[in-house]
Parts: sequence; C-alpha cells; structure tokens
Amino acid sequence: MKGIKAPRHQGTKGLDIVAHNETLGPSVPWSLGAFLSKSRAFLVTYYAMMVEYRAEIVLWAIATCLPLIMMGVWAEAGASGHFSVNRVQVVRYFIAVFFVRQFTVVWVIHDFEWHVVSGRLSPFLLQPIDPAWRFYFAHLGEQLARIPAAAVLFVLCFFLYPEALWGDAQQSGWWKPGVVNVLLMLAALHLSFILRFWMDYAMSVGAFWFERISAAHGLIYLPYLFLSGMVFPLQVLPDVLPGWVYRLVMWTPFPYMMWFPAELVSGQSLSAGQIAWGFAMLGGWCVAMYGLSRWAWRVGLKHYSAMGA
Amino acid sequence: MKRYLHTLRIFWSASVGAEMEYRVNFLISLFNSAVTLAGGVFLLLVFYGSGYEMGGWSWPAALAVIGVYTLLDGFQQMLLAPNRTRITQMVRDGTLDFVLLKPIDAQFWLSLRQLSLWGGPNLILGAGMVLYAGASMPAGLTLGNIAPAAAGIVLGMAILYGLGYILSSLTIWFVKMENITFMMAALLEAGRYPIPAYSPLYRVFFTFVLPVAFMTTVPARMLGGGTSGGGTSGGGGGWLLGSLAVAAGLLLVSRLFWLWALRHYTSASS
Repeated sequence: MKGIKAPRHQGTKGLDIVAHNETLGPSVPWSLGAFLSKSRAFLVTYYAMMVEYRAEIVLWAIATCLPLIMMGVWAEAGASGHFSVNRVQVVRYFIAVFFVRQFTVVWVIHDFEWHVVSGRLSPFLLQPIDPAWRFYFAHLGEQLARIPAAAVLFVLCFFLYPEALWGDAQQSGWWKPGVVNVLLMLAALHLSFILRFWMDYAMSVGAFWFERISAAHGLIYLPYLFLSGMVFPLQVLPDVLPGWVYRLVMWTPFPYMMWFPAELVSGQSLSAGQIAWGFAMLGGWCVAMYGLSRWAWRVGLKHYSAMGA
Repeated sequence: MKRYLHTLRIFWSASVGAEMEYRVNFLISLFNSAVTLAGGVFLLLVFYGSGYEMGGWSWPAALAVIGVYTLLDGFQQMLLAPNRTRITQMVRDGTLDFVLLKPIDAQFWLSLRQLSLWGGPNLILGAGMVLYAGASMPAGLTLGNIAPAAAGIVLGMAILYGLGYILSSLTIWFVKMENITFMMAALLEAGRYPIPAYSPLYRVFFTFVLPVAFMTTVPARMLGGGTSGGGTSGGGGGWLLGSLAVAAGLLLVSRLFWLWALRHYTSASS
C-alpha cells in the first residue's frame, strides 16, 4: 500500500502555535485565521508529496475503473428494455459514478495501520495537532494530484459512448445537468468523502488493538461496494427485489456515498424532497461517524499508551 | 524433476507452517470470500430478476462464470500474489542475487516459493459454485462437461500466471510495480460476467488485449457443453483451443521475457 513519508518540516513550520487537540498539548482558543493557514499549509505540503508519486497516481486512477467495467455491462442491460433505466441514462449514471469515485477514494486504514505498526504515529502524537488531520489532508492532496489522470479517463468515457452526450432514440436530448445540480453534486461528493473518511478512520483506530486491522476492512468495504450504487444504479432495486429491501438499503449510509451524488447529475429526476432527504442522511451519518471515530480515538489512544509504545 | 518436487514440498510446508501463526486471518479471509461471493450473486440477481439474460447467458451459466472467477481469484491469492510481492521486494533490496546463484531454476523458485492459505476459501467456494452451477444446467453434471471445464480452468490459471509473470519481470527495470499488479487485478474484475454481456468494444478489449474471456467465460461455456447454458450453441471446442493457444503463448513469452530481463539485471546491492 501507499506509504506516506514523514512530512518535510519546512512545510509545517510555525503551524504548531495553536492547539487543536483536547487531550494533548496546551489549549489555546480556536481561531478561523489560524485554522485556514494551517489547512492551507497542510494541503500544499501533502499535494507536493503526492505529486512526487504522480506515475503511481495514474495507475491508482486506472485501478478505480470498476464503474467503467460496470458501464460496459449495464449499457447492454439498459438497451434490453428490461429495466427502468435505458442505455443512455445508465451510461450517464456510470460516468457520474466514475467521477464521484475519483474524489471519494479513502485509504486511511492502510496508511494509519502502517503508521502504528512502524511506530511513525508516535512523533505525531507529540505535536499539538490531531494526527487525523494529517491523514485527512493527505487524502485531499491525493485528490488534487489525481485530477489529470481522472480527466483523461473521464473523456475516454465519452469516446466509448458518445451518445451519453447527445442522447439516442430511447433518450433524446443533450446531457445538461444544470448548474445547481452540479453544485449540489460537488457538495454531496465532498460530504460523501468526509463520511467515508471518518467511517474508515473509526475502524483504523482498531489498529491500536489489532495490528493488522486492514485485513478486516472488508466489513465495511464490501457493503460499500454492493450497496453504494457503484455496481448498479439503485433505482433498479425495486424492479427486481421486494420493496422493503430498497427501503432498508436507503437507511444505511452507503447509497449516499455514491448513488446520491451521481444521481444528482445523471439526469434522473430526484425531487426536491428526495434531495433534502439525501443531504439530511449524509449530514446525519457524517456527524455520527465523526463522533464515533473521535470516541474510538480517545479510547484507543489510552490503550496505545498503555502498551508503552 | 524429482529434485524440484522435493524442493516444492519443503517450500510449501515451510510457508504453510509460517501462516498457521495467523489463524485468525484465515477466518477473516473466509468471511471476506463468502461475502464477496454472496454480493456477486446478489448483483446477478439484480440483472436476472427482471428477466434480462446477460448476453443471452442463462442463470446457471452466469453463476458458473462467477464461480470460475472466484476459483481463479483464490488461485491468485494462494500462489501468484505472495510470490509476486516477494519478487518486487527482492529486486528492491538486492536479495534477488541469492536466488540467481542457487542451483535451481530462478523462475521456478520465484514463482512457487510461497504458498498462502488465504486463497483457500475462495478456491473452495469457487469450486463449489462451479459444481452447483453445472448441476443446475439442463445437461447436468457429466464427465463430458466437467473435464473440458476443468481443462479450461487450468488453462485460465496458466494465462493468469503468464500475464502476472510478465508484469513481475518488468520489476527488473521499474522497481516499483505493486500498483501495476493492483491495476491488473482491477481490470480482471471484468471476468465476473460472461464477456458477451459487454458492449462490442469491451468484448474486443477483453478478448484480444487482456484475455479475460479465456480465463472465466470459456471454462463456464465448457461446463454448459460448449453453449451459454442451453441458449445459443457455439463451437465450444474452438474456444478451448483458443485458450490453449493463449496459455501456451503467454507461458512461452513469460519465459523468454524473463530470460531477456535477466540480461538487463544490474543488482541493487552492487
């Protein structure tokens, strides 16, 4: 897995004035200016670090091609007329899923585990800023570094299925998502990243007890894979399975990580009520997962110190 | 030959012994394999629930494809992945020199040194799924179906090995290769579905560029007696010959490419 080198210190120098962590370091009142300058410094540092690995990041972008594979299967299925989505709709959906996927990839569990097992977490604990934010900004830096490769693959989709742009006999008209929907999608996409990040972070903390916690990652990755809409557009679920399955899935956090942002731009009509409900679910789950991961961190840290590491 | 078999036995008993220290991992991997397979079947249910047949393939035929995929995935986790990781590591810290000096073929050592039990659950679940799918086909399970399907699976393993070893040989030039293998694994996911279920361009890519079609679709077709499960009848034998040609070609290329790569090897430690 991708290893993050210890940050170069010139990037973070002078950032340690304001404490952000209740358990460690002196407590200094929170201020917006300090927060912004710290965020900027972290983002710049981690972006620079990620760009060093740019060749790998191209491969990482290709490795997230599952939505493109599924697009090839669903395009045929959509054309068959057996589903409530047609060919162009489903191709647009998977192009949107691919886009969302590029900006919601979370690998904190592998990185965190590596930091715990190799002992690199300990120096971070001495600094008056919560290590979670380092991982958080490393992800943001990687998302920025990913943009060129993702853009190429994104354009490739339209070469594979040019009808996605101008429609076909079943679905006429250009793909025009509308500015408001694009903005809503970007907001939902980032909330989805936040939700996935804190969910995985809560699990990563398990590394304090079980060193190889990433082996158990399937516990949350597998439901994410099958229920988030990455492999099928969730609106076909009621066509084939009893309605309660669909309603149950909609209460889990997974549909809002992928299906909801993608659906906002892929042309299907989500009603205003459904959009509000989607954001409420996203927000609620974000708060819950943030709380859970902070609590797990506090408990875990005590355990970590107790080991004397 | 006898010496090689003897060495293989020592290699594998040593690596299995080492793995037994992490017995919990085996349970976790059993859980992961079972949930992944269940998820795959769930997705097939979504496709078939509305009466749609992927590329004209019947339900049991599609189950056979996912069974073969799971089986190959198990083989990959058991033998290919652990050895591949090791090659990369050895090139990076120069320990490949010691292997090259041993009085045994280096490709043999590098391909078979490690055996991981992690792939076991996938192997068993995959094989079970293939047998179940075969039994639910109209022709039923007969030796005439199982033998060519098994041959197809073995050829699929050879193709997977050949491709993987060519990628590993590239390590000699580009030290960091983990990501390429990661990318390959992602592309091989396409083998979960019968290749005729894809759009035309995808079919060309997954047959001629990345031969996924020969890894999972062909064995599943053989299980249905050369047909896609009672649907269209096709030249089953021709497909199997195609697999044979691809497998033989890739094995040969992997061997030649490796020997060629070795000539460019400049040890990391010297």
